[in-house]
Amino acid sequence: MSYDVPPVEGEVEAEANEGTAGEFPLWEVFVRADRGLNHVHAGSLHAPDAETAARNARDVYTRRQEGVSVWVVPSSAIYASDPDDREAWFDSEKPYRHPTFYELPDEVGHM
Amino acid sequence: MSETTTNNQAVDESTDPDLQAEFDARLAADQKVEPRDWMPEKYRKTMIRQIAQHAHSEIIGQQPEGNWITRAPTLKRKAILMAKVQDEAGHGLYLYSAAETLGVSRDELMDMLHTGRQKYSSIFNYPTLSWADMGAVGWLVDGAAITNQVMLTRTSYGPYARAMIRICKEESFHQRQGYEIMLTLCNGTEAQKAMAQDALDRWWWPSLAMFGPPDAESTHTAQSVAWKIKRETNDELRQKFVDMTVPQAEILGLTIPDPDLEWDAEAGHYRFGEIDWDDFWQVVKGNGPCNRERIAHKTKAWDDGAWVRQAAVQHTRRASQASPSENLVLSPSDAGAA
Repeated sequence: MSYDVPPVEGEVEAEANEGTAGEFPLWEVFVRADRGLNHVHAGSLHAPDAETAARNARDVYTRRQEGVSVWVVPSSAIYASDPDDREAWFDSEKPYRHPTFYELPDEVGHM
Repeated sequence: MSETTTNNQAVDESTDPDLQAEFDARLAADQKVEPRDWMPEKYRKTMIRQIAQHAHSEIIGQQPEGNWITRAPTLKRKAILMAKVQDEAGHGLYLYSAAETLGVSRDELMDMLHTGRQKYSSIFNYPTLSWADMGAVGWLVDGAAITNQVMLTRTSYGPYARAMIRICKEESFHQRQGYEIMLTLCNGTEAQKAMAQDALDRWWWPSLAMFGPPDAESTHTAQSVAWKIKRETNDELRQKFVDMTVPQAEILGLTIPDPDLEWDAEAGHYRFGEIDWDDFWQVVKGNGPCNRERIAHKTKAWDDGAWVRQAAVQHTRRASQASPSENLVLSPSDAGAA
């Protein structure tokens, strides 16, 4: 940026995750399409603070009535599982956790 | 679309054969590559370049149409044009977010655009001279973009594919409103119809060139197809666009400015004349009618807005000093109840 505002004494640095100095932090945007549904991840954007992030999320992700509510979360607050651990985390085969594992006589009907 | 770029981004220069094999298997199985997966550096760089150029195109693409907002013929057309230009800004933002998942920062991308180190689609270096150009741009330029972008909804990089799905949903409005402008002009006075024909005459060839050089000369196409970044070649997409568009011109009663254009019944395709690639390369190299103007305008807007961005950062710093936790949630009652 070509304009520099000198820092105020004792100022706390704005939290910026990846990116260069002066860049707005990144926020993850979650949109609830309608009452009764979950907020679902819609995308992300840069904004200086939560309120601006929410306003901008409205403009960027809900221009066509895609939502009735938005959440914005600092991307730096998200802790993600490691893709290399995927098998250990998610791939365990436990067929007995599914109803189709159990064979019942036809007379029982729908259960 | 940024998704989990947060902890340990998988930037890996090595070419571990196991990782390469896993990557190849993923592509072969038509699975998406996601931000934290290992990927070859060349794939990452190709992806950054393509997504960034796409994002820059959306952003610069606001200018030729923004040019007509204050001169739209009716309030309805003005409202529509503003909505369309706002969509282009939104599309640029989705794409910048997707590019950032590959480890490049927004400021870097802006800087590369402003300094000409990354390009945008050459189509936006042509001027919009009359109101009919708003029709021709929507119909032809957005039409060509849709042809390309529908293919890209199946691209191998997950965040890019998701951005494309969102964009394609919105893009259909762009093309239809453009075609409707053309239709209205063509059903109007002689002078209005002549204006529509003039716009078609100027935008037809640049729209065909949008798909890029012929396959025989396209250095990127083969690798991009192998990596499933592109699913169809430049020439295939161009042919698809011509086949769709010629009948639409007939409905308008307009003449496509190509004496060699003819229907090949056997092949089931329209055959068309030679594109002027010298003109295309001149524009790519920076010598189009509007290259300098577009970048000068974009850079000025960025510089003029710098004090606003600085003020916003300062405001956040001071607010978070006053009450460090309050800045994180919208309101306590809104959050939490997932």
